[in-house]
Amino acid sequence: MSQVSVSERAAAAGEVPVTRAPYFVRKKKGITPRSIAVLVFLTICALFFCVPLYVVVVTSFKTMDQIREGAIFTLPHIWTLEAWDHAWNHACSGIKCDGLKVGFWNSVSILFPSLILSISLAMVTGFALALWNVRWAGGFLFLLFICAFVPFQIIMYPLIVMTTTTKIYGTLWAVAVIHAVLAMPVLTLIFRNYYKDIPTEIMSAAMMDSGSFWRIFFEIIVPMSGNILIVVLILQITSIWNDYLIGVTFGGLTGQPMTVNLANLITISTGTTNYAHNMAAALLTAIPPLVVYFLVGKLFVQGVTAGAIKG
Amino acid sequence: MPAVSFEHIVKRYGAVTVLDDLNLAIEDGDFLVLLGPSGCGKTTLLNLLAGLLEVSDGRITIGDRDVTELDPKDRGLAMVFQSYALYPTKTVRGNLKFGLAASKLPSEEVERRIAWVAKMLQIEPLLDRKPAQLSGGQRQRVAIGRAIIKKVDVFLFDEPLSNLDAKLRTEMRLEIKKLHDELKSTVVYVTHDQIEAMTMATKIAVMDGGVIQQFGTPDEVYEHPANLFVAGFIGAPAMNMRSATLAVKAGKVEAVFKSGARLDVSDYPFQAPARDGLPVVIGMRPEHFTIGEPASGGTAQFTLPVLSAERTGSDATLYLTFEDEMLALRVAPDLAAGLRVGSTVPVQFQAGKANLFDAQTGRRI
Repeated sequence: MSQVSVSERAAAAGEVPVTRAPYFVRKKKGITPRSIAVLVFLTICALFFCVPLYVVVVTSFKTMDQIREGAIFTLPHIWTLEAWDHAWNHACSGIKCDGLKVGFWNSVSILFPSLILSISLAMVTGFALALWNVRWAGGFLFLLFICAFVPFQIIMYPLIVMTTTTKIYGTLWAVAVIHAVLAMPVLTLIFRNYYKDIPTEIMSAAMMDSGSFWRIFFEIIVPMSGNILIVVLILQITSIWNDYLIGVTFGGLTGQPMTVNLANLITISTGTTNYAHNMAAALLTAIPPLVVYFLVGKLFVQGVTAGAIKG
Repeated sequence: MPAVSFEHIVKRYGAVTVLDDLNLAIEDGDFLVLLGPSGCGKTTLLNLLAGLLEVSDGRITIGDRDVTELDPKDRGLAMVFQSYALYPTKTVRGNLKFGLAASKLPSEEVERRIAWVAKMLQIEPLLDRKPAQLSGGQRQRVAIGRAIIKKVDVFLFDEPLSNLDAKLRTEMRLEIKKLHDELKSTVVYVTHDQIEAMTMATKIAVMDGGVIQQFGTPDEVYEHPANLFVAGFIGAPAMNMRSATLAVKAGKVEAVFKSGARLDVSDYPFQAPARDGLPVVIGMRPEHFTIGEPASGGTAQFTLPVLSAERTGSDATLYLTFEDEMLALRVAPDLAAGLRVGSTVPVQFQAGKANLFDAQTGRRI
């Protein structure tokens, strides 16, 4: 017999006033040492990214005179777009001084063919491997899996020879095609795994209704690929846009993407370094992927978690 | 005419043989139900007919066409799937239209057929909705619509009602039966639900372990089960089975139970002359028992203790103890209400309705 029940009985008889043990009330939400620690940590993390970004942004709007003062955190005395204009229109890459816009348009012309090529090929291959009766599909898949882990540097030289033989070396097309080829294994695996989750009965129904590979692909499968397309688009846009090595290797002199352009104009060896120009150029190069993230970031998260929960 | 026949069908998955030398033929206009427990090979057989799986050996014909090697779309079939398998990104209209994808019909004909199907299944107001916006019953209608829009001679159903609730299932059951009567087509219908089989089928093929255990009309299968498996599988509550030995004496055949109780089975239509001392299994349907003293005498009589009674409103099942096991009886509900557990009741069985099976082979004798 426990103490509590004894005293309770006593209380019931009206003899002894009893103080009952209080219920454990859920603690009110408020600032606790733990949450302060978390906040501080998060703030430091945020600053880690924000401070350099802040410096880059303000510096790009400063005049060279103010930059020489050395106070990198001060706001510009005079806000000027001169550095942006210079970086876009007049910055020198090698002996040509046409600015970053050349590289920008190069990157755009690399991006779109490459996107279309890699995604359409990977979609069709993924569909065939996942839902069609393909001989040796398992072995092919394993091969793709291996390919996804081969570092680009190892096959760089053979690829150069191949592009030279096909006479596209040094053009935008070489860069675009190489991007598409290198992205194929991973993209195919992504699509294949996504399509594997399509209920078999839907495929059976489609086989009985139409039976045509392309008709099923375009009418049933492509419309069901929205989520994964967003994911792959973002992955591909950022990786192609931010790539340097493929661009510098296969672009030659005329097919250089924006990143190569940027590197050239920043590693200039003569004269003084114009920090404002460099910062503006770096920002210009970084803007397109940022815009893509802002536009479709929400869809991206939906796409990444799609399939995690049914419905 | 499109009768479907399976000849010497073999289906292997690697080393596992699922179907071995299976033969089955149905006639034009038949409603064939493939009935059996999970894993008995009934869905495999349906998929072989649909062309979604390839036979390892054997021949499938529809009408006089050998379809064994044909693609699913060329077999002249339409199929309704268990999960409905509607195309999620297409509207109901789009789903119906895609049902005709392989037929290359002119667009006016396609529109006419969509209107015809929508009217027949009462899904006209739903035509522009997506499958996600439909209820289970509505999806089922669309799935059926996508099949009948093809106007083919043979329809396949793969457990189409198992995802519906009980009330809807009864409705759809009647509706599918009505469709079959209207379209006069041949239907092959897979289910594990014996009520569906009994109510809809013109022919039932009871399957177990990849073998067709019995093929016949619902009444044949119910009243004259060919073996112990069919006898035990069809009927709810299940048939009561008891081991016994036959005793033949002066033209009178009796079954002697282990406890010594005797049942006169002289009226039973033996397929071969009864042999004295043959070990048998006697199957007794719950509805062939009557409670109470015999009116005229002559029928077998037991006096058995009551174990429990279940009343379901229109019906009641009485459980008695017989031969140390539970014996299920179908009785009138008011009768069941008056019985107390532990009391004994006089029970009679219509011996002519008994089912006798050879205890060794399990076959009907």
